[in-house]
Amino acid sequence: MVQSLGLLKETPSQTAGPYVHIGCVPNFSGIEGVYPEDLGRGMVNARTRGERITVTGRVIDGTGTPLRDVLVEIWQADAMGLYNSPMETRGQADPEFTGWGRCPGDMTSGEFRFETIKPGAVPYPDGRIQAPHITFWIVARGINIGLHTRMYFPDEEAANAADPLLSRIEHKIRVPTLIAKSSGGGAYVFDIHLQGDNETIFLDI
Amino acid sequence: MPESIRNDQSPAGANFPRDRSWHPPAFTPWYKTSVPRSPKQALISLDGTVSEITGPVFGHNMLGELDNDLVRNFAKPGESPIGQRIIVHGRVLDENGRGVAGALVEFWQANAGGRYRHKKETYLAPLDPNFGGCGRTITAEDGFYSFRTIKPGPYPWPNGVNDWRPAHIHFSVFGHSFSQRLITQMYFEGDPLIWQCPIVKTIPSREAIESLIAPLDMANTIPMDARAYKFDIVLRGRRSTLFENRMEGN
Ligand SMILES: [Fe+2]
Repeated sequence: MVQSLGLLKETPSQTAGPYVHIGCVPNFSGIEGVYPEDLGRGMVNARTRGERITVTGRVIDGTGTPLRDVLVEIWQADAMGLYNSPMETRGQADPEFTGWGRCPGDMTSGEFRFETIKPGAVPYPDGRIQAPHITFWIVARGINIGLHTRMYFPDEEAANAADPLLSRIEHKIRVPTLIAKSSGGGAYVFDIHLQGDNETIFLDI
Repeated sequence: MPESIRNDQSPAGANFPRDRSWHPPAFTPWYKTSVPRSPKQALISLDGTVSEITGPVFGHNMLGELDNDLVRNFAKPGESPIGQRIIVHGRVLDENGRGVAGALVEFWQANAGGRYRHKKETYLAPLDPNFGGCGRTITAEDGFYSFRTIKPGPYPWPNGVNDWRPAHIHFSVFGHSFSQRLITQMYFEGDPLIWQCPIVKTIPSREAIESLIAPLDMANTIPMDARAYKFDIVLRGRRSTLFENRMEGN
């Protein structure tokens, strides 16, 4: 026998189920009057620094059908590349930007929508620079453990080419699944495919 | 970060890798909805960068007075929901056994008859006019949290012809890092439906399933009022960065 490491095991994940809205966006689900507003709806205000963008998209299953009961959360740096988090040790992020958003897929179309700002670049642990990106976390009925992925920007070709994550992906054909499409005027579309030829790259982070 | 060696936990450490054999896999065909919704390709591993190590925080001042009291937060004045009054309490810990302070915990559940208050819910059991089914709280310095509710009922669901969910409460938990984000479900000691549930059975080991079953906690039961169940939640731990090379300014 040796000494015990004494570590606990992480609580196992269970699906968010079809009624995740009740707990996470109750006003959206029709439960009004308990919370003043659903958390994560507003990420920016008039004083937030940075280029305003919108990110819309759908999460699409293996039959090509958009999930209409999905919940999407995003997490991103501010315009200077700093995170509004006590875990951020590099400086003070823009206090007018939360960096975190939460949006349910529309119950008819499945579309999610975030009004945010374009994030700055942030460093990789070895000092290289990561291209501007937004972290996505997806939960829904039928998803047993939340799926992490990232959205990168189509107008950052040089930065994307040098990005430590994108540049080490073996199957280059899959890299475009992490890059949003621009529809002009700061509007980006990022569809997430759970399966199929265009299956989005998901991350074990 | 200064060059000097620190004995405390550096805030910049990445999380321990997730034990994917402990969690449910994505593809679990006995839970039918997972079939078209499970990624088929391998996940790409990414040791935590600042994007994963950081995470949002929520202040206690965002909470309403009744946010952790599902018995009262939707009820009409002077009325209460039907059902067994219970307290659920525990700690949010990390894998190192440390309490996680300031963690937002959100919970949602069916009413005593197993019916959810939701537009898409069609189960014939009635809504309770005094029960909404959502609540939230933020952990104290030692990771402690508690809330009051009524015990949810089991309910049938379309999967197999005759599948029933055991009584359960859904939990959504934030740690300090976005990579600690977790959604799970709490079950109740002694419920025979736990071992027949296809969603429970997505978890590979009995030991892992048992970590989701809250024991009845008679010591913390309030006499003549509400029984207590204890449910600790463990988020991923963080490694120390003592001997990791980091460039200046990272
Ligand atoms: Fe449920």
